[in-house]
Amino acid sequence: MLNNKGRVTRPQESTEDLTEPQESYSGHKGLLMNEPLLFEVGGLDKTGVDLPECAETETLLGGLERKDEIGLPGLSEPEAVRHYVRLSQQNYAIDSGFYPLGSCTMKHNPRLNEKMARLPGFTDIHPLQPQSSVQGALQLMEELSHWLLELTGMDSIALSPKAGAHGELCGMMAIKAALEAANSARNIVLVPESAHGTNPATAAQLGFKVASIPADADGTVRASAVQTAIEENGAETIAGIMLTNPNTCGLFEREIKAIADAVHDAGGYFYCDGANFNAIMGRVRPGDLGVDAMHFNLHKTFSTPHGGGGPGSGPVVLSERLSAFAPLPFLQKSDDGLTLVEDLHVGESHSDSDVISQAQPFGRLTAFHGQMGMYVRALSYILSHGLDGLAQASGDAVLNANYIRVRLKDLLNQPFGDQACMHEVLFDESSLADSGVTTLDIAKRLIDEGFHPMTIYFPLVCKGAMLIEPTESESQTSIDLFVETLASLIKEALAGENEETFHQAPVHTPRRRLDETAAARKPILRYESSSD
Amino acid sequence: MRYLPHTDHTRRAMLDTIGVASIDDLFEQAGAPLQQPPTSLPPHKSEMEVEQHLAALSSLNRAAGDGAFFVGCGAYRHHVPASVDHLIQRSEFLTSYTPYQPEISQGTLQYLFEFQTQVANLLGSEIANASLYDGSTGCGEAVLMAHRITRRKKALLSGNLHPHYAGVVKTLSHMSSFHVDQSEVVPGQSATEDLIAQIDDETSCVVVQTPDVFGSLYDLREIAGAAQAKGALLIAVVTEVVSLGAIQAPGDMGADIVIAEGQSIGNGLNFGGPYLGLFACRQKYVRQMPGRVCGETVDADGKRGFVLTLSTREQHIRREKATSNICTNSGLCCLAFSIHMTLLGELGLKKLAKLNHSKAVQLSKALSEIEGVEVINQSFFNEFTIRLSKPAEPIVERLAEKNILAGVPASRLWPNQKPLENLLMLAATETVSDAHINELCAGLKEALDA
Repeated sequence: MLNNKGRVTRPQESTEDLTEPQESYSGHKGLLMNEPLLFEVGGLDKTGVDLPECAETETLLGGLERKDEIGLPGLSEPEAVRHYVRLSQQNYAIDSGFYPLGSCTMKHNPRLNEKMARLPGFTDIHPLQPQSSVQGALQLMEELSHWLLELTGMDSIALSPKAGAHGELCGMMAIKAALEAANSARNIVLVPESAHGTNPATAAQLGFKVASIPADADGTVRASAVQTAIEENGAETIAGIMLTNPNTCGLFEREIKAIADAVHDAGGYFYCDGANFNAIMGRVRPGDLGVDAMHFNLHKTFSTPHGGGGPGSGPVVLSERLSAFAPLPFLQKSDDGLTLVEDLHVGESHSDSDVISQAQPFGRLTAFHGQMGMYVRALSYILSHGLDGLAQASGDAVLNANYIRVRLKDLLNQPFGDQACMHEVLFDESSLADSGVTTLDIAKRLIDEGFHPMTIYFPLVCKGAMLIEPTESESQTSIDLFVETLASLIKEALAGENEETFHQAPVHTPRRRLDETAAARKPILRYESSSD
Repeated sequence: MRYLPHTDHTRRAMLDTIGVASIDDLFEQAGAPLQQPPTSLPPHKSEMEVEQHLAALSSLNRAAGDGAFFVGCGAYRHHVPASVDHLIQRSEFLTSYTPYQPEISQGTLQYLFEFQTQVANLLGSEIANASLYDGSTGCGEAVLMAHRITRRKKALLSGNLHPHYAGVVKTLSHMSSFHVDQSEVVPGQSATEDLIAQIDDETSCVVVQTPDVFGSLYDLREIAGAAQAKGALLIAVVTEVVSLGAIQAPGDMGADIVIAEGQSIGNGLNFGGPYLGLFACRQKYVRQMPGRVCGETVDADGKRGFVLTLSTREQHIRREKATSNICTNSGLCCLAFSIHMTLLGELGLKKLAKLNHSKAVQLSKALSEIEGVEVINQSFFNEFTIRLSKPAEPIVERLAEKNILAGVPASRLWPNQKPLENLLMLAATETVSDAHINELCAGLKEALDA
């Protein structure tokens, strides 16, 4: 049995005075329920499903029957429902409050998207059933592709990447394939210091050398800095650049066209990290700026829920120069309907197709066709907005961020000066200099005030960053409450009062500050009963 | 627009506070060159119109539940209890972010910790991560991990590995400059001699799928021993995790890394995604393991709590030295898996596995009585391969017209390979009824006679 054997890592009795003097007998605090681990309450002899009875048949398992105890405790249905409802109550979520996480884009998740994604014609179809029996799904992919291509002004699309970072990998693989096709030995990728950490990780994984480009004092990349980097490394070595636009400091890269020209003139490709496309959708087309490849984070821009950390979806749009190198599978239109080309040797019927004859796919990124469930949600969001609504949404996102910027600019320092931002606004902790209070403390106090904190560990180029992204789905009322709360906390910190309260925060949460160092030093990644 | 809370009035007031005349002015000040929007895109639709449009697309697809259905090869149709989908739709799970603020994310973190334990136990490994995108990308990541551990750059794949999985590894091998060898495709047999013979001192890992893409089961012990004797790792791939309720776990048979597609438990077919990559390995490789992991710790009051941990391996700390570029997991799919597994429990999983096997045995016996059909597997779990007297693909198309989805013709996965064109892979899960089996047999008989 796994139950009630205690734990190797049973919590230690605290020897210090607790902030809250009286723990409850049950472990619960009012409506906040303490929930033990599944392994402490479930039983190996318990189940919450009634399966049909099984006709006895011969067993053809080749003598490989599993005879041991697996260690999977079960719960009855009411117990399971209660376990997971109680766990859910220990989470913050966009449906419960303001979630100003910069670079993560926590916007309203319309339930229509969920309803649409659960239509049996989308959930209950198999990736390998005959293509004639899934024409609706292929049409949906085609329709989503059309929107994404039109909104970006690009030439072709790869839908299959499973997440933003996977899309990055896909875009850079297309660039690598194009270089190989041209017998080019170019191996240097320029990456600004302020880039997402996935950018250099992606370039390195593909064998490129990363050359960092510093940002200017205003937080954006100068075309002249790119030119200098090209000259220092030699134009013939430049594979391309990975630039995020709008960038991770919430700023539009003003010289993006000149940067694209410089890289193109050197013979390289321009990869744009499109994580922040929600700031410009319906207003600015990356294709017009010289971008060769760009991924979307469908979950961020088009509101598919984050689900506690995935699944995401990261389609990539490509310029004409890179179109031929898109991975398998891709869609092909013909008089008979849509075909998903899964292999280049599918048969004679495609031999006269231009797309097929020119295709030089770099391979396959994943089994099957990508995140269909996310395509449905994204298209549902896109159709609900239409072109007019998408432009309004990006406009409102920018409006909200600038509103917060202006309301807080006298209290908090903007590391790159007072300038208009895009959909997110960046402050640092320099205004708090002598208060003994850090950005982390402010974030933890915000939790006690009922807000999810802003992004605080990122971007790395800014000490004590506070990256605030309100998105378009916040009302003025909710933003005002956030701004006033944050302002009050900063004033409290600057007044030198209650410093210890900041360090102790949060206190109104299911758990207080957690010991992350201990977790990393001696990782405990699974439950083990003490008898193991 | 119903998702946008602002009125013209509030927009005006906020613009006044900022001190600009319009939103366009903000873009201009920020240096963003506004362009003419594309005219081919329509304006917004009402909720009802969107529903009608998407329902119309959905209705053009033949859903698995609409009739006889035997398609497998890496994605399986199982019955998912109603409470699973209900619970994952709770706002606090559905609309939360990555648990970077652990004090207000204990719900997500605790279920990830429970999930990791369930996965490790199921796969027979010491530890598991909080999931990857899917089984196939997990397979690619496992090969990269084996390179890091062994400091060798040559992977050896079984010929009977799902071709899409092999495709993912080959894409990575080309792009990340390592070498891949693959043994011959041997349908219906778990022949491993050829594979073992190819292991040498340069081999970083041997990748074997069980049950393999044709449905055959493997005793991994001999391959594990042979690989490890040469300093290589054994990576086992499981595309149907329900099988592990009936057959021995790869980790228990000596696999160093076990990858599985977790879609079968708690997650629907979804036309290929989102799915759930299960990833487990030996404890000693923990710092080389890709992806996100959740660990146990204590809070300031000494109470047990959970945090994301080992982030020093991740892209946001080590950047170009990161173990992989992955920065997410399949959170909500993990939750669905974990809830379904909790409802099943050991008892339910074993029963579900038995039910699947018995359906498949029943199907194989019924099919083998048809003239022109030969079941080629000696052993299988819920999926096996038949050799027909004619090419399989036209027959599958013909049966589809009769509303019978008969399985995956091998030519779909290996186009233009003559010796495989008569092969058809079929899966039978608990969702298959006796009537479906009869329908398939009658349809197949008719098609073969035609």
